[in-house]
Amino acid sequence: MPSTAYLIAVLAIVFSITLALRAVPFAVLGRLRGSAIVQRLAVWMPVGILAILAVTALHGTITADAHGTWYALLAVAVTVGVHLAFGRRTILSVGAGTAVYVVLLNACA
Amino acid sequence: MQQDVLTRSAAPAPTTRRTQLAEGVRDSFSAGLGIFPLGIALGLLIIQAGLPWWLTPALSLAAFAGSLELLLVGMMATVTPLAAVALTVLVVNFRHVFYAFSFPLHLVKHPVAKAYAVYAMIDEAYAVNASLPEHERSAPRLLAMQIACETYWVGGGLVGVALGAALPAPIKGLEFALCALFTVLTLDAFRSRKELPSLLLAGGSVTVALVLTPGMAMFTALLLFVGLLLVRHAVTARRTSQEAAHA
Repeated sequence: MPSTAYLIAVLAIVFSITLALRAVPFAVLGRLRGSAIVQRLAVWMPVGILAILAVTALHGTITADAHGTWYALLAVAVTVGVHLAFGRRTILSVGAGTAVYVVLLNACA
Repeated sequence: MQQDVLTRSAAPAPTTRRTQLAEGVRDSFSAGLGIFPLGIALGLLIIQAGLPWWLTPALSLAAFAGSLELLLVGMMATVTPLAAVALTVLVVNFRHVFYAFSFPLHLVKHPVAKAYAVYAMIDEAYAVNASLPEHERSAPRLLAMQIACETYWVGGGLVGVALGAALPAPIKGLEFALCALFTVLTLDAFRSRKELPSLLLAGGSVTVALVLTPGMAMFTALLLFVGLLLVRHAVTARRTSQEAAHA
C-alpha cells in the first residue's frame, strides 16, 4: 500500500507535466500564428490526428481482448455504416457500434 | 468581468449564448458515451488495486487524461519510482503538444476560462471541436462541452468507486465507445476538409508505428505524422515558389 505522501507526489507530477504539455505550445505558437507553416499544419493535422487516435484506440481494444478482434472490426464497420446511412448522427453511430461490440464480446466469450 | 466576456463572445455570432451552451452540452453527449464508462472502469480499477477511493476523483482532476490515468493505477499500486512516473506522463501525453495547432483557444477571451480550456483540452474535446465547421465554434459552446466532459469523467469515476468490487463480472468492452467516437469524427473531419493526403500520411505513420513500436504506437505515429507533414510543407513551399518564378 503506497503512502499518502507518495500518492500526492504522483498527483503533483501528473498535474504539472500534463498542464505544461497542453499550455506551452500555445505560448510558442502565439508568436508564430501568422507563419505559413503553422497555418498549413493547423489545416492538415486534425483529420490525421483523429485517424491515428481511431486506429490506436482500436489496437488497444484488440490488445485487451484478442479473441474479440473480429467483433471489433465488425463493430467499426457497423459504426461507419450507421454513420453514413443515418445522416451522421454521432450518438447513434457510436451507440450502435459500441452495442454490437459489447454484446458480442460478453455473449460469445 | 463575467458579463464582459459574455457580450464580447456572443456579439459576432447570430445565435444566443444560451443556444451555444446547449449546443456545447449536446456536443458532449457522444464523447460522454465513451468517457462515462471509462470513468467507471477507472474507479473499479483503483478499488481493485487496493488504492484509497479518493484517489479516483483526485487523479481525474489532476490529470484529466483517461488513458494515462488507467496506466498510472498499476504504477501507483506497485509504488513505481517518481522519475519513471514523470517519464510515462511525458511520453503518453506528449500528443497534446500538437493539439495547439488547431484548437480554437483564440475564441476564449476571459483568462480564467482560457486557463480552464487549456487544462481540459482532452482528446475528446480536441476531436469533437476539430470536426465542427469554423463558423459554428464559440467560446461558450467549447467550454460547456469541456465542463460536461469533466463532469462525466469524475462522475463515472465515483460511480465506479461506489460499485467497487461488488460487481462479480463488470461488463467488458465499453471502452470501444472511444474507438467508435474517433472513427466517426475522422469521417466528419474528412468530409469537411477533403484532406486525403493527410489521411494517407497518417495511415502510413500509424501502420509503421504499430509494427515497430506497438507498446507506444500513438507516440511514434504522431511524431512520424508531424515529420511527414513538415516534408509535405517543404515540398508545397518549393512548388509554390517555382510556380511564382514561372509566372
